[in-house]
Amino acid sequence: MNNKIRNLLLGMVVLIPLNLLAEPSGQALAYTCAGCHGTDGSSKGPSSPSIAAMDPDVFIDAMQAYKLDERNATIMNRIAKGYNDKQIKSMAWFFAKQPLNATAQKHDAELAKLGAQLHDKYCEKCHEDGGKPGDAGTLAGQWMPYMNNTMEDFISGHRNYPRKMQRKVDAAIKAEGDRAIPALLHYYGSQHGFSGQEKDHE
Amino acid sequence: MSDINRRDFIKLTTLAGASLGFPQLALAASPRVVIVGGGVGGCTAAKYLRKLNPNIEVTLLEAKKAYTSCFMSNEILSGDRTLESLTFDYEGLRRRGVKVVNERVSAIEADKKQVVTVGGQPFRYDACVVSPGVDFKWDAIEGYDESVSEVIPHAWFAGPQTVILRKQIESMPEGGKVIIVAPPNPYKCPPGPYERAAQIAMYCKHHKPKAKILILDPKDKFSKQGLFEQGWAKLYGFGTDNSMIEWVGAAGGGTVEELDPSTRTLQAEIEEFQADVINIIPPQKAGKIAFSSDLVDGDWCPVDKLTFESTRHKNIYVLGDASNAAKMPKSAYAANSQAKVAAAAIVARFKGIEPPDPTFVNTCYSILGEEHGISVAAVYSLDKSSNTITPIEGAGGLSPMDASDLQRKREVSYAHSWFKNLIDDMMM
Repeated sequence: MNNKIRNLLLGMVVLIPLNLLAEPSGQALAYTCAGCHGTDGSSKGPSSPSIAAMDPDVFIDAMQAYKLDERNATIMNRIAKGYNDKQIKSMAWFFAKQPLNATAQKHDAELAKLGAQLHDKYCEKCHEDGGKPGDAGTLAGQWMPYMNNTMEDFISGHRNYPRKMQRKVDAAIKAEGDRAIPALLHYYGSQHGFSGQEKDHE
Repeated sequence: MSDINRRDFIKLTTLAGASLGFPQLALAASPRVVIVGGGVGGCTAAKYLRKLNPNIEVTLLEAKKAYTSCFMSNEILSGDRTLESLTFDYEGLRRRGVKVVNERVSAIEADKKQVVTVGGQPFRYDACVVSPGVDFKWDAIEGYDESVSEVIPHAWFAGPQTVILRKQIESMPEGGKVIIVAPPNPYKCPPGPYERAAQIAMYCKHHKPKAKILILDPKDKFSKQGLFEQGWAKLYGFGTDNSMIEWVGAAGGGTVEELDPSTRTLQAEIEEFQADVINIIPPQKAGKIAFSSDLVDGDWCPVDKLTFESTRHKNIYVLGDASNAAKMPKSAYAANSQAKVAAAAIVARFKGIEPPDPTFVNTCYSILGEEHGISVAAVYSLDKSSNTITPIEGAGGLSPMDASDLQRKREVSYAHSWFKNLIDDMMM
């Protein structure tokens, strides 16, 4: 920040009562999510996704979609409407900086092995680095029951299915049949013990 | 303000705040917070105080060695859950550096800034957090008191009484009758009595299909009523001659005046009701310590909603069910949300800066059947001029009446995930 702006800000702060300027910080807003998404966004509940280390744009897109009732929701559409764009952005950056403490999940090692192959062939191009947090959303270490619900929504038409993703998923199903999606989920669910957060975005 | 500037901005505002002469406290290097009550409010405050400032010495005073969650405890009545699955020790908080002392508090001495336990030991504090939950008004229903509640359980604190109620339902005759006496507003867990009816029906549907569950209610309407009646109708025949669940509100004579425990008979406003199992949830007020420490005005504790500091005694913060935090319900999620606001306010005070602007959320799930869950949610902000926590318009509200079966089913799994995360967030 240059000195001119700094002095201007300092002047404002002295002149204007603080409570007119203030509004809940990203941290304060994000703390209210923890009862469903876990402390700092690392969920302990299999149906609620972890949102720690989430790419900020993915977070913002999701919240805006819920706000506009564009995503199959039970409760998030009601909650997202409580926040303005600036608040959503500040929450997004708070979560982006949190390490993902993924809980170890029970998985079938054989299926996960097949899933790893399917991932490399069909998914890695967008969900880079084994599906670790990135601009196509977090898959690695994500809860399997949550991802299962999400895939159900894509396939049943309850969620906007990106055409490219649909082609790739269809191809994986064509190759491995009913085992394809469980294999992918077991692969992603088998991963934990990495953090993946945005270290510094300044 | 862009995120890039925020850190500088905070530094600047802190500097400006100091120069404007915000109250600077003469504090030791490690300010001390003593927390009274190891429920959702107290535990969450303990965890988040340490998280926000590890230099704060936090002592949690709680008589019980382990916490038993009230939320989800209705599932004990359907048989879906054991008391053990709701019980958690305080080791998680100890690992975070919280000193947990299992002693009962006898007095909070605001003038001396200390809490005294039954053992006589004083705990000095710079800030005290009080989160005692609710207590019952035992004089409301003639013939019902604490000793009778061993036989006619309230089961409103998850514990031995929840198990007693479960056993009574299991051992009642085939076509047995259960009466739930609901409390007047305000009380802890507004949808609780109605979820309870559904959970009992869930068990009876499989094991005692001719059983009846009657709710006697001193109110004319209740939380999530439309969704409950819809769910009861779908699952338990509500509204038909053959309904397993029946609800009698105030207008229908649902206000109970007297209990005869020996015959299990209730005298209500218009008629008498007899049952095999009776569950009375008495009217409620703030926990005992709030009364003995002069923190109440009427039944509840008035607080400044910006910080949750008591308006009756400085340096004491009252959270959760005991506080008068309308329009937030007396729920676990609300207490969790309030505790973080109070923790941030206390940390700010120790730094000598203004408390941050608060923000609150409540979410609450009810499970009516194996695959039938419903919820209510709200996002709140503070209207400082009226000191009122206000739901943000256009947000929050109930599960839709026309939700699909899949959504109702998912809400059950979300409820269970919510339970796990809430427990984790308060004490792990």
